[in-house]
Amino acid sequence: MGSNNFFPAVSVTSSGRPVLLPNEVECNLLSKVDIEPNENDAISFTPLKSGHLILTTHRLLFLSSEKSVAIPLSAITHIFSSKRSLKSVFHSPRIRFQVSVTGDNRILDSDPVRVTNTHSVVITVIVRDKGDWELFLAKLWESWRGRAWETTSESVSGTGSSSVSGSGYGGLYGSDGSVRMVGVAGILRKEQEMWESTDKSLQDAFQDLNALMNKAKEMVMLAEKMRQKLLSGSGSQTNSTNEEEMGSKEEMQDWLLSVGIVSPVTKESAGALYHQQLSRQLADFVKIPLERSGGMINLIDVYCLFNRARGTALISPDDLLQACSLWEKFDVPVMLRKFDSGVRVIQNKSHSDEEVFARIKALVTKPETLQTGISASDAAMTLGIAPAMAKEHLLTAESKGLLCRDISPDGFRFYINLFPEITLDNLFLMKDYSIYSSWVKAASASGLR
Amino acid sequence: MQKLGDFKLPAFFNYPPYFTLQPVRDTREKQVQLWRELILDYCRTQKVFVIALEEEFPLFSNPVIERSLNNEARETFLSALVSEGRAEWLDKGHRKCLILWHRIQDWADLILSFVKDNGLEDNVMTVEEIRSGIESRGTELHGMDRTILMRALKLLEHKGKLAIFKGTSADDEGVKFSV
Repeated sequence: MGSNNFFPAVSVTSSGRPVLLPNEVECNLLSKVDIEPNENDAISFTPLKSGHLILTTHRLLFLSSEKSVAIPLSAITHIFSSKRSLKSVFHSPRIRFQVSVTGDNRILDSDPVRVTNTHSVVITVIVRDKGDWELFLAKLWESWRGRAWETTSESVSGTGSSSVSGSGYGGLYGSDGSVRMVGVAGILRKEQEMWESTDKSLQDAFQDLNALMNKAKEMVMLAEKMRQKLLSGSGSQTNSTNEEEMGSKEEMQDWLLSVGIVSPVTKESAGALYHQQLSRQLADFVKIPLERSGGMINLIDVYCLFNRARGTALISPDDLLQACSLWEKFDVPVMLRKFDSGVRVIQNKSHSDEEVFARIKALVTKPETLQTGISASDAAMTLGIAPAMAKEHLLTAESKGLLCRDISPDGFRFYINLFPEITLDNLFLMKDYSIYSSWVKAASASGLR
Repeated sequence: MQKLGDFKLPAFFNYPPYFTLQPVRDTREKQVQLWRELILDYCRTQKVFVIALEEEFPLFSNPVIERSLNNEARETFLSALVSEGRAEWLDKGHRKCLILWHRIQDWADLILSFVKDNGLEDNVMTVEEIRSGIESRGTELHGMDRTILMRALKLLEHKGKLAIFKGTSADDEGVKFSV
């Protein structure tokens, strides 16, 4: 009797990355993992076969081609320590833990106080791959003990210590009421105190690192909050603000929008699957920048945007390139494209050159541009893309015979290609309603002759 | 209609890309063909026989749109003429080009019909007389390039239609027709 609803489901992005909760951060990943119920228990769920197991601060996420489910860490009541026996040398490594299950055979996903009728089920994770499962187990302990799911945003502040040392206390008693030691015992005691304080400051130093991480999280939250405020504010009070303020506001929004991959894929968290996971995350990430830059974006720009969004744990250009080239293997809506000039861009798979060509053609056949042609920056402004990108489009359009070039002291310009319309037999012949004839009209209108 | 002297220019002469060598193959082929037609047309009506790359040639620049052909483009278009037998380089450095709006064979035919029309069979003429004599006035032979004329005469000599011989003066040669 296997229940389909035993595990809560996990929504997955189009590129196959799990959607994380607010503040949830990925910690580690194991590949080729099976999840099975304990043999001795009544069968509570159908075994899950060969998927990735992602450990986050909040959940265990099992992702396979068929199914994506989660095990909230809050439901775990006990993690069994691994038995080291002769048998385990030959066996695939196993991680076992106990979870609370509600009466209707679902894993406990809410406040345990309100649900009373619970029992426990032991879940076994079988690691088929040679991943570093011991590290995974250690991280699991860490995350489980960290109880990140209990930390709400309010409880982060107000942890400053309130120790006020009363100085000037003389005599036999110290400030804290302890008896001051004198003589050899006193010296020994002092030594001990010094040693303890060194130890403490060392611990403090390491705690500072953790504090820094917490602060980073706070910064992201702050940025998010400010963005929300700006978004809500910009709708209501546009009348009172002048142009300049609007500009800076937009700039601010741009900055804040680019803050915020809360859980970047790192080599540490993803291990051997680093590039694969990075590739998927990148595919999710580029959607918004792609939309804003008209369906195509320079690889260099993506590199900057992506690393800025990651904040820490930056990736190298090489990693980016590898992640992009892995897209061919996944079903993601974006692709890497190399222009003849060697410029590499990321574009939507749905992006079609025909559409761009149609817009370019509309631009160069306007009466005024028929006469003057267009430069790359003209095209960039009309198409709403970067000039370098626009130039690539123009060159592609040229190679397709749509445009032709004019190089003069005035610069590099593109014109609609009239050559095919001119007849060789009669150089003066002009077909009515052709682009050639409208070009001649435009030329004579501008007083060329 | 824009004109160069009494030569009518086609509309595309004011089309700026016409003066930039196009890199795309199909477009360039058409461009080269258009230039070939225009150059031959112009040379025929204006009786231009030699185009020198370094010298100013009216077709190669358009002051109205402030465009002119660069040397590479000039050489490309003239080379296209040469490869079709409508022109010949006069030097190895490709600096001077002889334009043959009539091929040498066509020029030879013109000379033959000129000889027949004027009843000059079995007569003797100097080369200079053919170019600028009273008989040739009003025909295409009048004022033609000496190099081309000599080439056409040599072709006819080869076919046994005439004989070329050294004349009395050092700078001129005589031609005896035997049609």
